[in-house]
Amino acid sequence: MSDIVLKTESLGISFGGLKAVQGLDLEIKKGQLYGLVGPNGAGKTTVFNMITGVYKPTTGSFWLDGENLTGKTQETINHKGIARTFQNIRLFNNMTVIRNVMVGLHNQPEFKCGLFSSIFRLPAHFKTEKAMRARAKEILEVVGLLEERNNLSCNLPYGKQRKLEIARALATNPKLLCLDEPAAGMNPHETADLMEIVRHIRDQFDVTILLIEHDMKFVSGLCDEITVLNFGTVLAQGVPEKALNDPAVVKAYIGG
Amino acid sequence: MAGLKNIKWKKYVSYVVLAAATVILAVLSFAGALKSSDIYLLEKVAISIMLAVSLSMVVGFLGELSLGHAGFMCIGAYLGGKTAVLLEPVLGEFPTLFVALILGGIIAAVFGIVIGLPALRLRGDYLAIVTLAFGEIVRSVFMNSSDESFGGSLGLDTPRFDKEYLFIIALVLVLGCLVVTQNLIHSKHGRAITSIRDNEIAAKATGINVTKYKLIVFCVSSFFAGVAGVLYSYSNYTVQSANFDYNYSIEILVMVVLGGMGSINGSIIAAALITFLDVKLQTILTGNLAVLQDLFYALILILLVIYNNAPALRGFREKYNISKLFARFKKHNPATVKDDEAKWDRVPTKIKMDEVLSVDVQVTSPYTPDKSPKEEK
Repeated sequence: MSDIVLKTESLGISFGGLKAVQGLDLEIKKGQLYGLVGPNGAGKTTVFNMITGVYKPTTGSFWLDGENLTGKTQETINHKGIARTFQNIRLFNNMTVIRNVMVGLHNQPEFKCGLFSSIFRLPAHFKTEKAMRARAKEILEVVGLLEERNNLSCNLPYGKQRKLEIARALATNPKLLCLDEPAAGMNPHETADLMEIVRHIRDQFDVTILLIEHDMKFVSGLCDEITVLNFGTVLAQGVPEKALNDPAVVKAYIGG
Repeated sequence: MAGLKNIKWKKYVSYVVLAAATVILAVLSFAGALKSSDIYLLEKVAISIMLAVSLSMVVGFLGELSLGHAGFMCIGAYLGGKTAVLLEPVLGEFPTLFVALILGGIIAAVFGIVIGLPALRLRGDYLAIVTLAFGEIVRSVFMNSSDESFGGSLGLDTPRFDKEYLFIIALVLVLGCLVVTQNLIHSKHGRAITSIRDNEIAAKATGINVTKYKLIVFCVSSFFAGVAGVLYSYSNYTVQSANFDYNYSIEILVMVVLGGMGSINGSIIAAALITFLDVKLQTILTGNLAVLQDLFYALILILLVIYNNAPALRGFREKYNISKLFARFKKHNPATVKDDEAKWDRVPTKIKMDEVLSVDVQVTSPYTPDKSPKEEK
């Protein structure tokens, strides 16, 4: 049991009468690359919003490393080890790239520095700032943004902004990294590049990755296991080739 | 001398200028070169700078619109003034001022936390309304106080203080306020604060304790407003609740906005300029011309706003930009700006007023996957 990072049990939420997601059972093993796919409006992002604490699930619960995190706040869930990126990019636009990542490092125990030491510029302040900057550079190197570190994040091209979001999420040292459509808006070359980065991140940072994606080539090339959602219910689960060829999935995508 | 070259002078320019001004003015005043009206003006400028810098933390860096800054100042002025009246015979001049400053600041800070609590639930315009109401409530509470407690509508008379020393103390306190604010902003905590302004949803998802930082900012900001209030009570000999109305809050906000939100140096310059204008206009336009004070004030504000924003003037400004004029005299050496150091402490924050005022961008955007369930209904 210990190798299961994220476990959800009949997780569901309804907005008024609309059941956005219902009866979702997931079991994501440690080190896995797990895909969540489905047509538009299937409830994929809603699942993300539930497991990161934006929404409180109306039914069911979820566990991270055996710890029940249902109904916890976003901050707590992030501290416990779930980090995410957003479908519509949400960077800190008026900050430079490296500062975006340093915000992600804010809560790491090794970069602890009290308000008092910061205001009165005690040695602890300079030490943590230096260490944070060095660590942020390491992370930026992984996603290939080291050269851009002093640019404003809003001036980056779309693909790089997505990578920066991943870097920022990674900086919080998560056990589970949730990527919401990381390849959206990228050209095939960038997508291939991103696939490499995602694999690299999983290996180097010892992190489990849950991702939402529409690009089926991306999903089947990358994911160990996927879950297909439609109208908030699970259509198929399993290895990509099998799940994507499931008749119910084919019907949901192509109709017929 | 190599060590001196590595110091980032730009970072300390406001400290250096303020410290130099303090020393020069102190010397001048001891030499008897300053008239009492000049000293009064300097005190006013120092108080305004402190108010503008502290408000710019809330508006420019946290991104919340507060219209009740005069309310915090009012609390500081009355409570500090009252402390001074009570303690003056016991402690003597200087210790009394010291105690009054700390007490006025701390009590204002407590109220800052009280106002910060609704700030966690309200955004944009709604918070502005709450803070506006808070300022008015504070004012009317003091106005309707009994004559024995806070002087009621007559105002509270505060002890006289040696005028020459007061403005020096005020300028030193401004320097202290500046150090605290700058250090807070340019630290990991400041980064957390600006991240809340830039994108609160992302800040939460990145694990930033939004509650904690909003309270810290409101607390520090109102502390300095309270300190400024105590200085005001000493500078004026009397505290009149009528002076702390919402117009005054707006005036402080104008200083912050005019100086450029997210720019502390800008706030300082704007605060000094506006206060200077205000006091000068009051002395120049007397008698029948007094009605023109507000007109001139408004005209100058309008001109400044036009100068800042009119497209036709943009070319002119770029051509005669001060930093560009200085750059001519400076040898450009690209080798020295290769690392983060160059841009590190720049908080690039020219945010627009409508960004602060907008309730939340996501409500109006067509595709909103991150809507909270409440908005969904």
